Amino acid sequence: MRHQTTEGSSQRAVAEALRPPRPSRNPAVWLRRNLFSSPFNSLLTLFGLCLLYLTVPPLLQWALIDADWIGAGRADCSGQGACWVFIGDRLNQFIYGFYPHGEQWRVNLGFALLALLLVPLFIRGFRHKRPLLAGLVLGYPLLAYLLFYGGVFALPVVETHKWGGLMLTLSIAFVGIGLSLPFGVLLALGRRSEMPIIKAASITYIELWRGVPLITVLFMASVMLPLFFPEEVTLDKLLRAMIGIVMFQSAYMAEVVRGGLQSIPKGQYEAAEALGLGYWRRMALIILPQALRLAIPGIVNTFIALFKDTTLVLIIGLFDLLGIVQQAFADPDWLGFSVEGYIFAGAVYWAFCFAMSRWSQRLERDLGQGSQRRAGR
Amino acid sequence: MSGNAQRKRRSTGRGSWTGWHDPRLRALLLQLLFLAAVLAVLGYVLHNTLVNLESRGISTGFAFLSTEAGFGIVQTLIDYSETSSFGRTFVVGLLNTLLVSALGILLATLIGLLIGVARLSPNWLIARLAAAYVEVFRNIPLLLQIFFWYFAVLRTLPHPRQSLSLGEAVFLNLRGLYLPRPIFEPGFEFVLGTAVVAAVAALLLKRWSRRHRERTGRQVPAGWIGLVALFALPGATFALTGTPLDWELPSLTGFNFRGGITVIPELAALLLALSIYTAAFIAEIVRAGIIGVPVGQNEAAAALGLRGGQRLRLVVLPQALRGIIPPLTSQYLNLLKNSSLATAIGYPDLVNVFAGTTLNQTGQAVEVIAMTMAVYLTLSLLISLLMNWYNARIALTER
Repeated sequence: MRHQTTEGSSQRAVAEALRPPRPSRNPAVWLRRNLFSSPFNSLLTLFGLCLLYLTVPPLLQWALIDADWIGAGRADCSGQGACWVFIGDRLNQFIYGFYPHGEQWRVNLGFALLALLLVPLFIRGFRHKRPLLAGLVLGYPLLAYLLFYGGVFALPVVETHKWGGLMLTLSIAFVGIGLSLPFGVLLALGRRSEMPIIKAASITYIELWRGVPLITVLFMASVMLPLFFPEEVTLDKLLRAMIGIVMFQSAYMAEVVRGGLQSIPKGQYEAAEALGLGYWRRMALIILPQALRLAIPGIVNTFIALFKDTTLVLIIGLFDLLGIVQQAFADPDWLGFSVEGYIFAGAVYWAFCFAMSRWSQRLERDLGQGSQRRAGR
Repeated sequence: MSGNAQRKRRSTGRGSWTGWHDPRLRALLLQLLFLAAVLAVLGYVLHNTLVNLESRGISTGFAFLSTEAGFGIVQTLIDYSETSSFGRTFVVGLLNTLLVSALGILLATLIGLLIGVARLSPNWLIARLAAAYVEVFRNIPLLLQIFFWYFAVLRTLPHPRQSLSLGEAVFLNLRGLYLPRPIFEPGFEFVLGTAVVAAVAALLLKRWSRRHRERTGRQVPAGWIGLVALFALPGATFALTGTPLDWELPSLTGFNFRGGITVIPELAALLLALSIYTAAFIAEIVRAGIIGVPVGQNEAAAALGLRGGQRLRLVVLPQALRGIIPPLTSQYLNLLKNSSLATAIGYPDLVNVFAGTTLNQTGQAVEVIAMTMAVYLTLSLLISLLMNWYNARIALTER
């Protein structure tokens, strides 16, 4: 660092001759520099070590060493440590909910297909990301719905109230993510429109949903949506929850996309106009590709928030992963294992969210590199 | 859209009327069409709602607010009983929401500030611990955290008779946390009065010392003098008036504790989860804000001869705050809205007692949901305005 700040044209030769000393690899030096550089720092280090000592060994003891892993029932748990037998016993329910055992291959197939389609998106060199993404958002949900619900190709119908667990969580999250992004883009364009009525309508919509909690939106979707339609129309509970989540999250998405739109220089808009393109072509070909790229970190953050928010559907009586774990605690055979259940559910949610946030960080870095190169040219 | 395209083709084909080529007219037509569509949908929805409500025998209007509620609430900040009206229920719920949100904002800000600064600590261990805190708590759904604290931690506390206690004054058990309640005796108003006088004096001293410094360049430790005055003056009055303050201790009578202040476990769980979860986000905001201040600012301040604390207080923090306040505002708003998750564990907040119990008992879905949403909208707007005002005050004034 230092030779950069004092670097002048006349001093360059000297600075290059005297390279900065290499950081020492001696662990004692590292310890002194990073942990015991001052009395206060040493105190902090001791405090941290104390904290670790008080929490980590008992936790490991409970969760790994004293824990019971294999068994068939409650009797196989000694009560000394964690009882993971409970999770193993209920795992099928935690993943598939009340989906019939004989039909679970459909869920597996659906998610395997999704995983297979998602993989190319994470490969840096893959060329056809855009058509693939469009297919994922537009085609896949229909396919998955037909596969999960059945009624076609001689598949028996599985009513949505039998869906549950991780499968339901992922379904809601996927529909929410897939639909809130296009709606969000439309709303963001509406908010930046020059037509006053469209603009006012978009602002009202966005600020209304952003100002209220998701729970009230879900309550509204579950008690008020049926009132909004003629009595003959019955909306599925899951569908109502999805409508609520999409309406709510698209408002947040709109604000993220608007941020991206605002950071596109005015010249880009004017240049697109000068090319004689119409509004939709200007947006689709020139503005949105740039704006969405800038907004990617914010968009992924909204995805993460949406994923965590899917847990709220348990309040209106759907059994998502958290809902079904919570429900399993009421089983008289397995009373008193709530900590294990929460840790399991927490680990699953954490893994998904952490993976998404790491992905967003990588994207941010990759895109940052791109713009730096362009600036340097 | 296809209808517009068709009309466009027809009008250009005829060639006589070229109004469609006027962008302003086109925009107007488009908007009128949009407005008509929105109104049509709203009208359809309104019509259906009225028909549905009539067929279910539910009368519309807000008359239900004055009828008797007939159910009790565990935590009420104002007088409330089963004979109170639904309107009163609404107020009780609103106050409970405000209570948990205000306490949550305070706690989350403190924890978040601490963790955010710790993440930037030169101490490797502390920085890693803070990073682990952030990564763990912000990636686990809030509702799961609330359930964890409520069902897995607070539900496993001992029964009242085996309460954990701290010197016969503070008790913790399954039913909640019991704290002593202060009882103000006559004469205490003098103590309060002195405290106000001391506070005003401290503020005046602070202003005078700044002017004095600007005039003469000499520092007066006004902050310290003020702080001492703030504690010493009311303290002296307290002693002189004969300690006009007593404590009502909670005591075990029968199966439960009576007296003192009770913090119900629902409030404790919600508060813990809300502040720990939001603090993870606030920590990241604080960290980003401090990193956002160029290192040169700190070095320049050091070159001017300012000490460490002064550099932080006078140079770094005021600039960091500019980057912190706007995202912090949205975290406060999130906390307020997230407090509605209270309903999942039965803390009597607005959503629980009003959009839950009241709605179920009266069936007035439209009115109840509209009122609940209106409350959150108003509160969001108020917090936004307050924070925007503060933001404008500290914003960079450019040339």
